[in-house]
Amino acid sequence: MTQIPARITDWFTAKGWSIHPHQQDMFDRASDPAALLIAPTGGGKTMAGFLPTLAELSGSAHAGLHTIYVSPLKALAADIRRNLRGPADEIGLSIRIEDRTGDTSATQKKRQRVDPPHILLTTPESLALLTSYDDAPRMFAGVQRVIVDEIHALAESKRGDQLMLALARLQSLCPGLRRVGLSATVEDPEAIARFLARHPDPCQIVQADPGPDPDIRMLETHEMPPWSGGGAAYAIPAVLEQIKKHNTTLIFHNTRAQAEIFFHNLWLANEDGLPIGIHHGSLDRQQRERVEAAMVRGDLRAIVCTGSLDLGIDWGDVDLVIQIGAPKNVKRLVQRIGRANHRYNAPSKALLVPANRFEVVECVAALEAAREHDLDGEPRGSGPRDVLCQHILIAAAAGPFDADTLFTEMTAAGPYAELTRLEFDACLEFCATGGYALRAYDRWQRLQQRPDGLWQLRDPRAAQRIRMNLGTIQDTDTLKVRLKRNRGGKPLGEVEEAFAASLTQGDTFLIGGQIVRYEGLREMVVEVSRRADRKPKVAVFSGTKFATSTQLSDRILRMFSQPDWPQLPAHTADWLALQRDISRLPQRDRLLIESFPNDGREHLCVYGFTGRNAQQTLGLLLTKRMEETGLAPLGFVATDYATLIWGLDAVTDPRPLFQLDALRDGLETWLAGNAVMKRTFRASATIAGLIERNTGGQRKSGRQATFSSDILYETLLKYDPDHLLMQITREEAMRGLVDFARIEEMVTRIGNRIDLLRLERVSPLAAPLFLEVGKVPVKGAAEERLLAEESERLLQAAGLEQG
Amino acid sequence: MNEVTFSFAGQSLRALGSGALWWPDQRLLCVSDLHLGKSERIARRGGPTLPPYDSQETLTRLAADIASTNPGTVICLGDSFDDLDASVAMNTTEKRDITALQAGRKWIWIEGNHDPGPIDLGGSHLSECKIGPLTFRHIAQAQTQAEVSGHYHPKARLNARGRAITRPAFLVDHTRLILPAYGTYTGGMRSSDQVLNALLDNQALAILTGPQPRIIPMPR
Repeated sequence: MTQIPARITDWFTAKGWSIHPHQQDMFDRASDPAALLIAPTGGGKTMAGFLPTLAELSGSAHAGLHTIYVSPLKALAADIRRNLRGPADEIGLSIRIEDRTGDTSATQKKRQRVDPPHILLTTPESLALLTSYDDAPRMFAGVQRVIVDEIHALAESKRGDQLMLALARLQSLCPGLRRVGLSATVEDPEAIARFLARHPDPCQIVQADPGPDPDIRMLETHEMPPWSGGGAAYAIPAVLEQIKKHNTTLIFHNTRAQAEIFFHNLWLANEDGLPIGIHHGSLDRQQRERVEAAMVRGDLRAIVCTGSLDLGIDWGDVDLVIQIGAPKNVKRLVQRIGRANHRYNAPSKALLVPANRFEVVECVAALEAAREHDLDGEPRGSGPRDVLCQHILIAAAAGPFDADTLFTEMTAAGPYAELTRLEFDACLEFCATGGYALRAYDRWQRLQQRPDGLWQLRDPRAAQRIRMNLGTIQDTDTLKVRLKRNRGGKPLGEVEEAFAASLTQGDTFLIGGQIVRYEGLREMVVEVSRRADRKPKVAVFSGTKFATSTQLSDRILRMFSQPDWPQLPAHTADWLALQRDISRLPQRDRLLIESFPNDGREHLCVYGFTGRNAQQTLGLLLTKRMEETGLAPLGFVATDYATLIWGLDAVTDPRPLFQLDALRDGLETWLAGNAVMKRTFRASATIAGLIERNTGGQRKSGRQATFSSDILYETLLKYDPDHLLMQITREEAMRGLVDFARIEEMVTRIGNRIDLLRLERVSPLAAPLFLEVGKVPVKGAAEERLLAEESERLLQAAGLEQG
Repeated sequence: MNEVTFSFAGQSLRALGSGALWWPDQRLLCVSDLHLGKSERIARRGGPTLPPYDSQETLTRLAADIASTNPGTVICLGDSFDDLDASVAMNTTEKRDITALQAGRKWIWIEGNHDPGPIDLGGSHLSECKIGPLTFRHIAQAQTQAEVSGHYHPKARLNARGRAITRPAFLVDHTRLILPAYGTYTGGMRSSDQVLNALLDNQALAILTGPQPRIIPMPR
């Protein structure tokens, strides 16, 4: 196709719009096997993706599915359906546009497989599921184009690897399939292009005009931010002022718990009764939809939200974005700010609200980086093999397959271009027999090779189980929260199982902006009653952990070395001066360690500034040494700049802890046994199909019949340490844990320049670390000591004697 | 020593850190819910192929407890096998290991809900048995005295200075003693579950297993 059909250009003209240059560019490349568009939000990105589809469908009648649109969010699929319907009708195209997500009804889903629409809007998981049915070839016959929206977000996780494997399958079914990726601004577009295109197809990158630089600053407040704390309660009056001055404000938080607390405080201070809503992934779907609808109608002046609103849903007239808490990553900040102001040529307006004084430093560093267009990011590794295992099972669910063909198909997916046949065969073996050194399952293989050489499921019923456990999203186990009523009250949302387990009757927590009282657990539902009169115990939702990027940490360290800080607000400069006064500020060529008691425990804060991965490894190594030397560590948490370790005894001499030989000794065995590895194993084993989350309708719920994945890990470690899943776990963990070389480099560089300062209490710089999520427990002697203490105390309290 | 002594129905008993019960006066070792052959049964039924080392691991731990206590009698308190087919499907090494453990001592298989019939391995097979004042059966009964049972896989959780510690646990009150599951691939039911709350009285104790077993009032 060379020209945009007149019906479409006429429609643009009638609307008073003109076709953007990047929309034209994308149209000109419509017959390319793959093309990637990088454009800011509001740049007509979606239209750029769909223009060739609309043109092709307007030209001639197309029977069946023409274009598949994939987005990371169900809500986005539904939103695009609404936004595409209007133009299609106005242009006069009689085409069917439908979405298909986890929320689509079973009847509708069944019908779509028999009689697919012209344009199907879906998610990676739903698409992978579709490829697992034996009628996939019929359903997908004739598909011309696939549009992957928000591809930068998908590429950050295994959902992206899963999608690319599904596209490889689709490409086998429809050899002429063309791929389009739509992305926000990223630091390495080439990498996204390689990820998207069929290997080794080329993929052109179209860069839209990025528009004017955003207007972004720190919110000025009368109140000073506290030393530590994550609530930003001090900024409530100033934030309310801003809401009043703007039409619609989005208030982003880094975690769900922070969003809940902030919303609660905002509501208490909202004397004018401004319509303000809250939106995050733990809220009940109906609640979320109500907020979304109100937002679209323009009924809300502000929405307190988390990453669930990060992606490109068109929320109408947002003219201000407020980020509460430091943006941990410059790229995400820039993408979030893009949410404000959908008029293409006006600058987006954003305010940063640091929650504490360390975050003031982080915010200033992030502002500088954003101004310099200095985006950060970690390079993407090659496709993980647990996802590959899942796709071998999905292929088997669709019908008998030939191993050679499947290998060729999978290596056409960008992330798996480097996959060797040996690695593939190990995955196939795992799916078939479990791949154990002890061959126990020859009778009960999951996959069997038939006499004609094709592989198939031994038990055809297994297909259903495979479909039920499809996907790569690792939710922590959550429980539904409902108001207690006679026949099941209103659903409010979900909390983590571990949080629910910590509650006793009468405890209060926040959910959906209201304080509720825990009444009890009934059939895996948390029952609560409304309660407005007490200060809540805070819900610890998992949210996503954002680590400060290495690049931001470097900027911060440079800032610390200044004699004074004219670019910082006075209170924060004073705070840094105080840290310098009562302790020290970390320096590049020395290692600062602080030791102090807090809340009945001893703490050690090691400011390595080596990035989160290395700090995490350091945490593992140091706690191992501490365990060996009887210092009873209990756990640690790592950020990009420091590792905070807590335990029962104080460290008085850190030097023995940093002896390289001792650190290196038993590194292997310690790494094998720690909580990070177990956590990683659980995720990979679930994706690879060794652990089933869903077994026939009911999700596993920690009851009598189930046992923890830790037991599987320990069993493999003891009897089959080189098993495929153990290899995958080590690989995965190494993506998170930097190799020892980096620690070695730091220890060598520092030499004897270790400064241990014994303080009476938490230092200004250490305080924010207490808020970090992702704490790693150390299960050693300290736990036994605690157990002894506590059992004695409990027995005494109960008037009983030991023995 | 990795054990804790407590009294039950006038007898002095020891809870071992492994989850086994040792009764010195009778030289009797009791373990519950071994669930041997669990991985095989899951695969047979079309589920995932879990690491097939669970039976071996369970038997290794049992062998260690037998070696350190040298019992005259061993009672396996039901659900010793994940199902009756699993008892048949055991590999020869595992069968040999069981036979070796049985040599020179009395061995009693109590029947459980997973293994309700006789097993083609040495030892006697009973629905329940009474030794001295104690009655050994798989599932606790409503009106009972001096009863030792399993079935529920109890575990208990306590909070010590902010650290939540959950361990498989013995639960004991004036009339009954419930053993934790001994098998490798076994989960647990919290002592706070209403089923266990209904079974055990207000003075019930929990004995947490682990490197050093600890007694606490049963968490409810």
